[in-house]
Amino acid sequence: MTRGFRRIFFLVSAAALAVSFFLAYSQLEPAGRVHSEYGDMVNALTVPELHITDAVSAVNFNVRGFDTLGEEFILFASVVGVLLLMRRQNEEPAGDHEDRIDGRIVPPVSDAVRVMAMLLVAPTFLFGIYIVTHGQVSPGGGFQGGVILATALLLLYLCAEYNQFRRAVPQRLVEVGEALGAAAYILIGAACAGAGGLFLQNFLPLGKSGSITSGGIVALIDLGVGLEVCGGVALAVLAYLEELVEEKEQ
Amino acid sequence: MLPVCPVIIPLLTAALLAALAKAISQRVSQWIALTATLATLIVNSLLLRASAAQPIVYWFGNWRPRHGVALGISFTIEPIGAGLAALASLLTLAALVFSSEYFDTAGNHFHALLMSFLAAMCGFCLTGDLFNMFVFFELMSAAAFALCAYKTDDPGSLQGALNFAVTNTIAAYFVLTGIALLYARTGALNMAQMGRALAEGPVDSLVLTAFGFLICGYLVKAAVVPFHFWLADAHAVAPTPVCILFSGVMVQMGLFALARIWWAVFANTMHPHLAGMSRLFVAVGAITAFAGAVMCYLQRNIKRLLAFSTISHAGLMAIGIGLFTPEGLAGSALYVLGHGLVKAGLFLVAGILLHRFESVNENDLGDKGRRERWTAVVWMAGAAGLAGPPFSGLAAGDGLMDAAAHGTALAWVRWIAMFAAVVTSAAALRAGGRIFFGWGSRGDRGSAPKHEEKPETQRGHQRTPASMFLPSAVLVSAGLLLGLIPALRSAAITAAGNFENTNGYAARVLEGEPLAAPRAPARIPPRTSTGLFTAIGALALAGAHLFSPRLRELSNIGARPAALLHRIHSGHPGDYVAFLTFGIACFGLICVYCFR
Amino acid sequence: MNHLPYAVAAWLFLAGLWGVITSRNLIHLVICIGVIQSSSYVLLLAIGYRVGRVAPVFVDIPANTQAVDPIVQALMLTDIVVEVTVIAILLGLAVQIHKGHGTLNPDRLSKVSG
Repeated sequence: MTRGFRRIFFLVSAAALAVSFFLAYSQLEPAGRVHSEYGDMVNALTVPELHITDAVSAVNFNVRGFDTLGEEFILFASVVGVLLLMRRQNEEPAGDHEDRIDGRIVPPVSDAVRVMAMLLVAPTFLFGIYIVTHGQVSPGGGFQGGVILATALLLLYLCAEYNQFRRAVPQRLVEVGEALGAAAYILIGAACAGAGGLFLQNFLPLGKSGSITSGGIVALIDLGVGLEVCGGVALAVLAYLEELVEEKEQ
Repeated sequence: MLPVCPVIIPLLTAALLAALAKAISQRVSQWIALTATLATLIVNSLLLRASAAQPIVYWFGNWRPRHGVALGISFTIEPIGAGLAALASLLTLAALVFSSEYFDTAGNHFHALLMSFLAAMCGFCLTGDLFNMFVFFELMSAAAFALCAYKTDDPGSLQGALNFAVTNTIAAYFVLTGIALLYARTGALNMAQMGRALAEGPVDSLVLTAFGFLICGYLVKAAVVPFHFWLADAHAVAPTPVCILFSGVMVQMGLFALARIWWAVFANTMHPHLAGMSRLFVAVGAITAFAGAVMCYLQRNIKRLLAFSTISHAGLMAIGIGLFTPEGLAGSALYVLGHGLVKAGLFLVAGILLHRFESVNENDLGDKGRRERWTAVVWMAGAAGLAGPPFSGLAAGDGLMDAAAHGTALAWVRWIAMFAAVVTSAAALRAGGRIFFGWGSRGDRGSAPKHEEKPETQRGHQRTPASMFLPSAVLVSAGLLLGLIPALRSAAITAAGNFENTNGYAARVLEGEPLAAPRAPARIPPRTSTGLFTAIGALALAGAHLFSPRLRELSNIGARPAALLHRIHSGHPGDYVAFLTFGIACFGLICVYCFR
Repeated sequence: MNHLPYAVAAWLFLAGLWGVITSRNLIHLVICIGVIQSSSYVLLLAIGYRVGRVAPVFVDIPANTQAVDPIVQALMLTDIVVEVTVIAILLGLAVQIHKGHGTLNPDRLSKVSG
């Protein structure tokens, strides 16, 4: 299709789609007045029955925990996919990289960036651990904390040379850590089943609500997910950086 | 814990393989993957048998429904879903055996991704929660995108994967929008609860638009027209073991979602509009079957040819589902089984051709396959199998669908089914005749896209290894002889009857009440005449094309429309998304204006 | 005005689709898919919001306070993870396409068609 024809074709379809959206959304209750018994029931039971004060974490890791297992493995599979995509082939094809401007100078890392990054690594790392471990107490959890931990690793990259970064964060360790975190979720669920319940049915003591040990298995799952997400994001970043370094060395 | 095993065994294996990625050889990794797949196949078969009497309902975390509100996620396992999961495990097993000769640069990431793909497919078929289905759909997609782009040094491969990824991601977001709208209306994510809640309310444009988005999103995966463009591109470039999974089960997952969502969520609500909906689904299926068959015949790249034949057969499966009777659904299920086995075998032969001669283009290959006698037998048997010869799985399915349509206003689907069967089978027979027997003249008109295949395997191009030949032979034979299993058809009809029992399903899931036994299915005699007719028709068409110069002259008349069809399949992601928007807009408007 | 969030969600969806179709650069195309994903967030959050209620975190408020819907927020979390992963794969594809074809313009990719 020519570009012009494609645009007109789309605009006609989009107009029809907009009509569908309008008809559908006008039947919804106004924002803020939609009623859902499911949400209210979960809010009512999260502290008395689960001793978890963050209802979103309760839903994510306990009530609908199996969804989160799938979601964790989506991240896992995507990271493996990115590693597969970015792997070095034995013969690189001679492509004409006409989009690249030759002679472009890569600016050196500035001292301000280095100092700030160095100062921020430790606080970010601590903050990440805080978010991971307090997932069942206040907003947070394995996913959010894991990304913050991965940011701490990225800050390490910003304040050092690429080679030093690779020595500090060896790929093997990150891979093993990620896989371990992913497997941990399944093993915890299987342990629940082994302890005489169903998959992911809590069997650990619930602890005092509002403390770091509340929620039973949710605390352990948070740790596993945090490890997995941190490892996954770091691996993806490592794969892209490797590609960047390859180009610079050509 | 058995119901969970089809998902967690492959996922644990994937994590294990990723952890040990550089520490073990590819051989060891393949053996680990094979063991895990075999275990999954065994578990799925056990579940298939255990759920034949009553669906198995498994609540994760022991979160049972309270006051009719389903709090947790449930697996509702019944024979059709378990059967599809078992088929997925079987084809993954074949793919792993076939890939013994593959390149080593991927380390063990290939196996880890294949395991994640298998786990996602099993979870998709077994779950009873709409959002959980979406999560497994996304896991399936993520693994599929990466597997499709496996040959990263081949530029065409990346473009095919890009088209696949863009189209399916946008489809997934339509699905998510539909789920959000249904949640707003019903406050439920569990399909049984949602079905009950919707039945109590009116069928207004909210419900119809959500229905349209959900169904169309999954139909993109099922590659019905006009959402089918990505399939041919993805198949042409993906490595062969991955192709058999795409054609054999992944496309059928979209159709399974269609059936499951219709019967669990919408069947009671849309009861007044049953006839109209049936006509809509059957029309969509018929268009797909017709267009797929025509495009299939025009192809000279064998993998694209097989891809378009999958699209055509997917249209027939959609027709079977759209007839809304137990016989129709049972027919579709058997058709999926038979087609999956035969198509996988055919793709494996294409992989053998790629391994030996480094090409899958009918024109380039000429008659190089002349000395491959046994491979030729497998290919021709499989190609004839696409026409549904007597005693094959496809014929069993076809017979049931015929019986379901017989006497209704939709009896004309019979002719579409025969057209699709004859044309797709003739295309494969023609290609086989040219390549394996040297019949027909070289380089005839049909177009060949500019894509050249890179070889997939490393060594031994002089002979066909047993690890490649055996799986294809076994799969094709199984597909051709499936109809001989005596109790298969009645078991399928019983399973379909339970599947379509919306109220019974909801009671089973939400209150734990056992399903009432369905009425005994009427005895439907196997109709061998149709199968014979289509098989002979396919042979006649292929023979005429190869041997008769008159027919070739006739086919030159169709050159201009054929060129137009080829130009529409342009390979540009923007075009594909434009067609997707068009399709969804049409479907949505038809739903809203015809069914309010 | 109370249906405004829904209108925003619909607009984001359509604008993202327009961007994907008219895109001349693969990175731009991937970001437009991100815009489509944002539309689903806005829709979900608008559905989950309750006027006059607080966030569903009971650490410093009594446990039986009326709060907004936590289910929708959990769905959104899953949604964000899915977005990130899909964008990661798409960007990887874009990088490799640039290496192989030498261009990021979808109009100039021509290796697969017919």
